[in-house]
Amino acid sequence: MDALDLARWQFGITTVYHFIFVPLSIGLAVLVAVMQTMWFRRKDPRYLRMTKFFGKLILINFAVGVVTGIVQEFQFGMNWSEYSRFVGDVFGAPLAMEGLLAFFLESTFLGLWIFGWDKLKPAVHLACIWLLAIGTALSAYFIMAANSWMQHPVGYRINPDTGRAELTSIWKVLTNPTTLAAYPHVIFGALITAGMLIVGISAWYLHKRRDTEVFRPALRLGLIVSLAASLGVVISGDIQARLMTEQQPMKMAAAEALYDTSAPASFSLFTLGSLDGRAELWSLRVPHLLSVMATGDPDGRVEGINDVQRAYEALYGHGDYIPIVPVTYWSFRLMIGFGLLAGAVAIWGLWLTRDGRTPRSRWFTRAALAGIALPYLANTMGWIFTEMGRQPWVVHGVLKTADGVSPTVGGAEVIVSLSVFTVLYGVLAVVAGVLMVRFAKQGPPAEAETPKEDEPMPSFTY
Amino acid sequence: MELTTVWFLLIAVLWTGYFLLEGFDFGVGVLMPVLAPRKAPHSDVDRRVMINSIGPVWDGNEVWLLVAGGATFAAFPEWYASLFSGFYLALLVILAALIARGVAFEFRGKIDSDRWRRNWDRAIFWGSAVPALLWGVAFANILQGVPLDARHHYTGTLLDLLNPYALLGGLTTLSVFTLHGAVFLTLKTRGHVRDQARRAIRFIAPPTVVSAASFLVITGMRFGVPWTWATTAVAALALAGGVAAALRGRDGWAFTGTAVAIVATVATLFGDLWPAVLPSSIDPAYSLTVDNAASSPYTLTVMTWVAVIFTPIVLGYQAWTYWVFRTRLTREAIVPPAPAGPTGAGAPARPAEGPRTGRAAERSRA
Ligand code: HDD
Ligand code: HEM
Ligand code: HEM
Repeated sequence: MDALDLARWQFGITTVYHFIFVPLSIGLAVLVAVMQTMWFRRKDPRYLRMTKFFGKLILINFAVGVVTGIVQEFQFGMNWSEYSRFVGDVFGAPLAMEGLLAFFLESTFLGLWIFGWDKLKPAVHLACIWLLAIGTALSAYFIMAANSWMQHPVGYRINPDTGRAELTSIWKVLTNPTTLAAYPHVIFGALITAGMLIVGISAWYLHKRRDTEVFRPALRLGLIVSLAASLGVVISGDIQARLMTEQQPMKMAAAEALYDTSAPASFSLFTLGSLDGRAELWSLRVPHLLSVMATGDPDGRVEGINDVQRAYEALYGHGDYIPIVPVTYWSFRLMIGFGLLAGAVAIWGLWLTRDGRTPRSRWFTRAALAGIALPYLANTMGWIFTEMGRQPWVVHGVLKTADGVSPTVGGAEVIVSLSVFTVLYGVLAVVAGVLMVRFAKQGPPAEAETPKEDEPMPSFTY
Repeated sequence: MELTTVWFLLIAVLWTGYFLLEGFDFGVGVLMPVLAPRKAPHSDVDRRVMINSIGPVWDGNEVWLLVAGGATFAAFPEWYASLFSGFYLALLVILAALIARGVAFEFRGKIDSDRWRRNWDRAIFWGSAVPALLWGVAFANILQGVPLDARHHYTGTLLDLLNPYALLGGLTTLSVFTLHGAVFLTLKTRGHVRDQARRAIRFIAPPTVVSAASFLVITGMRFGVPWTWATTAVAALALAGGVAAALRGRDGWAFTGTAVAIVATVATLFGDLWPAVLPSSIDPAYSLTVDNAASSPYTLTVMTWVAVIFTPIVLGYQAWTYWVFRTRLTREAIVPPAPAGPTGAGAPARPAEGPRTGRAAERSRA
């Protein structure tokens, strides 16, 4: 493996790792803000206990999200210096805005929220968690705008003197149709992640018959959010798919391993055989589905990999423009599959909790606990699909990944950094996981400890 | 003023904010084993007093670095690309340190075991000391110039960065931040930690003054321009004044002194650097400057508007945070003098949340 492959592995590993923590932070910040608002409005101590319980989980998760994010920001310059030189004029702007508008907001108001329970008026303290939630959502917007520009570059020109991309319209970059489609998708994905975590933990407590008065409403909240958000990902994902067919036809064709242009095109749920498309042994197909996904018309025409490859060669010159098809094929299916499964668990739970019932069944508890993993898997698959489906481009149609890598950073250096990050992140994963489980098992603060009217509220401290 | 100059200034301001703020929280991290050695009675309580004194703000302080990085990327992409790829391994060490330190604050109190805390405390110490040293090394190298070729590619190795001048720069940032942290603790705590911090200042001050003075003088002689001699003088006077105030127990003035010293030092470094942003030691013609590293005027205009509108807002709410947490911390704020509940007794140094209500009840139930 050369420095390029290693740099790609490093970027993939560190970003996917960062994105394990990101969606929970985004989703849980909103949901904890909702819980605290319920407590604030109704003064019902159950909601305070719920807020404090899930609030602790945010803290542990957020810490890892923050430290892995710093690596992301530095990595563009460290490993992708030619990319940074080429696109910095355009791409740096949303990244800098993210820092100034979002990261300051998040970190400052998280600090105020953690330490401010006994120092701020309840309404001001409540505003802090909402500002945290807004901060995380804003940061997601800017980073999605940056990422979408790589999927579908807009609002720029190539300066003929320097050969670099230059921003011509920040407005176009921030309202890139790709961003507008991908952002809700990612936010819904974040909400399912948080929703299913709440569902899994609550189901476990109900099964153990502990703190039922806190976890029954928590379960309902988690279930409703998860179901709504899984509808959200389906709808937004459908919009994305159509946009992608237009903007990155190769990615859509690779998602289905569709080699020859077809109208109508069927969608295979599962294929046995060689994925280079030459020999398909057996597949389970839904007729017309791919046409609907890609174009909205049951008989719509979907271009195949071979045709797009020919068209790209005519456009961009001789070369291989086909991503690794097995990866795109399976990651696309698994993303959808895991997401739909999460939705199914949510529907089951809503049925079990209808009319004030409390589910205690062993099978539902198991499904709900396993369900915690589903959105994580779907999110990861989604990113692997998005990023690897764009290959060989780093900026679609403009800059190849191979031309973006740092020329002065040798393979040995990347091996060192890749090993350091892998070891460090491995340790962090274990520690964060152990802590999350420990705190999840510890339960919410007891009723007696939630203060009366005028007593100061104990804060979280280190 | 030209926009490229405006952005050079803004980036200087962001680094100033970073060193001014994260400087004291690095210092607190370095001082933890010094002021509260593990053998001492109440060591853990004192360590928690120290960590909680920076608890609400350290993450916000670190964002100054992220924004400095992001602003460099947006305004001077060539600078960002050459610097970050050139200083690859040094930055890797800084990143690893910041990772360990960041999670250590959050994790150390979450499991009640001495070994667990000891390991995270090591992470806090090294995670604070190493970046405090390396930022100085990095800035001294930036000022001195690095081997950049005609395409602005860094052609040196890690060892090129470890030259005597740069190491002196590193020693200066490490010692100044440690002093700044000690002064911060005298300002933010009361009781034992404060006494210890004041005692420590006596030992930290002499080497700090020596290394900072020699670094400033050498910098001035090698790279100085007339007006930065003024900032150099301000830095030296402020540092001396700060130390004098600290020794007399004037905490507020002492903190003002170390703060002004840091601001004036960063101003000196950036003042000496301008109009270059990364000089080439191979050939001055290869140097990166505010002109050849800058983004297009349109990008700079957009970013200027964003900065003009949002920087005051950020400054406003960060200042408000410091105001909210203005009270001094004591041991009693960490561990209440009398156990609150019948089951709360057995855990005097219980590290996790809600110390005032004796949250041990919750554990005994679990
Ligand atoms: C809980 C997570 C989750 C779930 C259930 C889904 N996705 Fe997704 N998907 C993601 C999480 C995700 C993601 C991680 O958030 C991605 C990666 C980048 C992005 O914008 O969203 C993504 C990307 C992504 C893309 C690529 C966009 C591009 O490359 O420009 C498409 C076309 C879809 N998704 C479509 C769908 C469809 C049709 C789904 C359901 C029927 C679906 N996704 C469920
Ligand atoms: C602004 C945001 C992002 C940018 C600029 C970006 C850019 C890049 C770059 C430069 C690479 C390396 C070159 C390559 O192999 O494609 C890469 C690879 C990758 N990224 Fe992204 N990425 C972003 C967001 C994400 C996120 C949030 C994830 C998921 C968590 C992700 C997942 C991946 C994966 C899995 C790879 C490996 C793909 C491969 O090597 O072929 N990316 N991305
Ligand atoms: C490769 C691209 C990415 C870069 C450079 C990046 C950068 C960062 C940085 C520097 C932080 C730490 C901020 C702090 O200290 O508070 C962070 C955290 C965060 N990022 Fe990313 N990020 C990337 C991908 C993403 C994506 C795609 C999203 C959302 C869709 C996202 C959302 C967040 C959120 C919500 C946080 C808050 C902290 C947490 O994760 O818990 N990031 N990111």
